Amino acid sequence: MPECSNREIICQELLKAAGEDRDLVVLCSDSRGSASLAPFAERFPSQFVELGIAEQNLVSVAAGMALCGKRPFAASPACFLSSRALEQAKVDVAYSAANVKLIGISGGVSYGALGMTHHSTQDIAAFTSLPGMRVFLPCDGHETQALMKLLLKDGSPAYLRVSRSPSRDVYESEPQDLTPGRMIEVRPGRDVTLIGCGETVAIAKDAAALLKESGIEARVLDSFCLKPFDGAAVRRAATETRGIVTIEEHQPQGGLGALCAQAAARRGGCPVRSIALPDAPLIAGSQREVFDYYGLTAQNLADTAARLVRG
Amino acid sequence: MELCELKQESRRLRRQILDTVYHAGGGHIGGDLSVCDILNVLYNRQMDITPQNWNTPGRDHFILSKGHAAEALYCTLAGKGFFPPERLESMGRFGTGLPGHPNRKVPGVEANTGSLGHGLSLGVGMALAERMNQTGSFVYVVMGDGELAEGSVWEAAMAASHHHLERLIALVDRNRLQISGPTEQVMAQDPQQKRWEAFGWRVLEICGNDVGAIDQALTVAKTPMGAPTVILCNTVKGCGVSFMENRPEWHHRVPSASEYEQAARELSGGEEHA
Repeated sequence: MPECSNREIICQELLKAAGEDRDLVVLCSDSRGSASLAPFAERFPSQFVELGIAEQNLVSVAAGMALCGKRPFAASPACFLSSRALEQAKVDVAYSAANVKLIGISGGVSYGALGMTHHSTQDIAAFTSLPGMRVFLPCDGHETQALMKLLLKDGSPAYLRVSRSPSRDVYESEPQDLTPGRMIEVRPGRDVTLIGCGETVAIAKDAAALLKESGIEARVLDSFCLKPFDGAAVRRAATETRGIVTIEEHQPQGGLGALCAQAAARRGGCPVRSIALPDAPLIAGSQREVFDYYGLTAQNLADTAARLVRG
Repeated sequence: MELCELKQESRRLRRQILDTVYHAGGGHIGGDLSVCDILNVLYNRQMDITPQNWNTPGRDHFILSKGHAAEALYCTLAGKGFFPPERLESMGRFGTGLPGHPNRKVPGVEANTGSLGHGLSLGVGMALAERMNQTGSFVYVVMGDGELAEGSVWEAAMAASHHHLERLIALVDRNRLQISGPTEQVMAQDPQQKRWEAFGWRVLEICGNDVGAIDQALTVAKTPMGAPTVILCNTVKGCGVSFMENRPEWHHRVPSASEYEQAARELSGGEEHA
């Protein structure tokens, strides 16, 4: 298990960039601790803005700063950022093409034991629905680091969801050709395709290892970017393998499974199965317990894929 | 502009707003007529915003948070030379470049507004950014009084005083009417002065249809004192047209041909308000 969580890696990258980039600013809504951004606030107080528990204001203030040439990163728990401040994200950030990076911390069921108010299982659907808003779910620390380097340089809006605890490594080092709108092939395979995003890419990798024991070669794709979405990779998988199984820490509507099904529908005849959290308030428990309860496991993914391959 | 010119300009703006709303077949004429003196003084006397310095860092910033008064803003911007006044005739037409609420694609418009309660937060962001940039520019935000029921306004209000944004100036178009009726019946906004003071703002209160009073208040507001300033502008909804004044139904209504004629006569021949 890596020592650093993705949120800590985000802070490290911001710290590296802030010294040279005086227009880089970080905004928090009483979230500097939970976002692991306290070191930034201490080291660059003149580039840090505290807004208190007021997510709507957080997002619009960030937009106002961006319209004056700043490069704001606004961090708040994903559950609040994606719901309470959605209109601010739509009008002030997306419609305005304001260079605001929204960091949704402790996404999905990272705050599992805290209960349904703290789960964010609609954020992919919410943010991908906004024009021009890119949506990223990096799967491990290496990918988070590579993605941050990219986001620190560009000038467009983005939502980035990260988990609370350190993520299991999917990659051994930073992925080299990280391109928004292009999935990364984690493992080649010709029989079936497993697609994950964020925390579930590691599960897909484990499931591929289980399938290999049964003689099934599974392609594993890391859909770290949900918008722009790599429909071409899905259509290739639909043509080259016998089916697609998606797995995501999100409800079924408007998430990875829905995006894949939409893309695959243009290649008729390819079955798509989705493993997701339900369209319901979720049970409380640790992230692992909630995953197990709803079948977001390597075994369930492997079994689903095997059934698909064997018809 | 000198004060006497500003009074002339207010008359001209009111007539242009009437024409624009009438020909577009839609618009928020009541609020346009209450806020237009404020916009006039801001653009033509107090703010450092021109088509020439639009892309120059350090100029002032303006946000019409009560975006439904778009016609008043567009007429003011056309008068300022941001775009030809003939373009106003496209309002209400399919594909117009002048939508019914301000859009950043319109020359001279800095923020997409229309969903109420966003403008003050945007202004806080701009004021924070310009303070970091050490430009000395002022940020002006015009809000409606009905808009003050949006909770996000008060999130922004507390942040502005917490961060001592002394170059942020808010103006409330206090015409006391909103679409359903008097603000005090729909959702009471009094006591305005105490509310803003409790949030740590310097509060000035004036007649918001008196260009001289608006000008004086803005001059005071621009003397820094460690806190943001709000100017409570007591205005008359529909100001300048007798049958529109203080009538909530004129929040969003198009005059008939005879009403248009009467309003045009009043605006052309009448004395300036206040």
